[in-house]
Amino acid sequence: MMLWTYIKVFLCGGMLCLMGEWIILKTKLTPARILVAYITAGVILSAVGLYGPFVSFAQAGATVPLTGFGHILAQGAIAAVQEKGWIGAFTGGLTAAAGGITAAVFFGFLTAVLFKPKAKQ
Amino acid sequence: MKKQDQQNSAKELLRKQYARMVEKVTPSSKLLEGCLRSFWVGGLICTLGQAFSDLGYRYLSLNSTEASTFGSMVLVFITALLTGIGIFDRIGKYAGAGTVVPITGFANAMVSPAMEYRPEGWVLGTGAKLFTIAGPVLVYGITASVAVGLIYCLIGG
Repeated sequence: MMLWTYIKVFLCGGMLCLMGEWIILKTKLTPARILVAYITAGVILSAVGLYGPFVSFAQAGATVPLTGFGHILAQGAIAAVQEKGWIGAFTGGLTAAAGGITAAVFFGFLTAVLFKPKAKQ
Repeated sequence: MKKQDQQNSAKELLRKQYARMVEKVTPSSKLLEGCLRSFWVGGLICTLGQAFSDLGYRYLSLNSTEASTFGSMVLVFITALLTGIGIFDRIGKYAGAGTVVPITGFANAMVSPAMEYRPEGWVLGTGAKLFTIAGPVLVYGITASVAVGLIYCLIGG
């Protein structure tokens, strides 16, 4: 049962990355644009109700790729609107995504302070 | 003599055909290789994320949403560390989108320029460059999520 979960995670996460690589090689989009495209796609797919079922199927295979980040933002906004009305559209997204963003800022800054850049070969 | 000419032109034709075949095959094999690489590395990164979130769920008494955030946070931490000691770039060169698409790509895109621009100062170097790529990602993500929230509000959520 657990093994099956991990197989699903591996296959779905891998597929999302494969699609990204295919888009990069075919269209010469930069990785930065891929990131922006994936997070926006995640928000939209989540809003129309497609990404939620995908997350319960693929778990980390759906939440670890950046589309999952978009899903968290969208679901946060929707849940907060249900709870508090229109103001939730402004507070819900970042509240739900706070853990990931804060970890990235904190660990990112810490690393940049602690390590000197390597000379590029 | 005539026979040799014919042979030569036949050879020439073959060579051209061969060149055309090479041209056709090379990019697609590069495409296939790139896709395979990003598939298995990306899949593995997601599997690691699942393992960490399972650990968080079982041993740190997190609920399932918190556990999935925890999994991503651990991946972010590992990425920052590996970027700092210069290993992540090597993995990224091999895996392409396999490291870009997962949350590791977001973390690496923050740490890498922040380290590189440290000589420009703590505020406008490290502080600002942390958001070179994370900035646009957050701008589009947040804007889209606010739009979703407002639309949901309007159509009677």
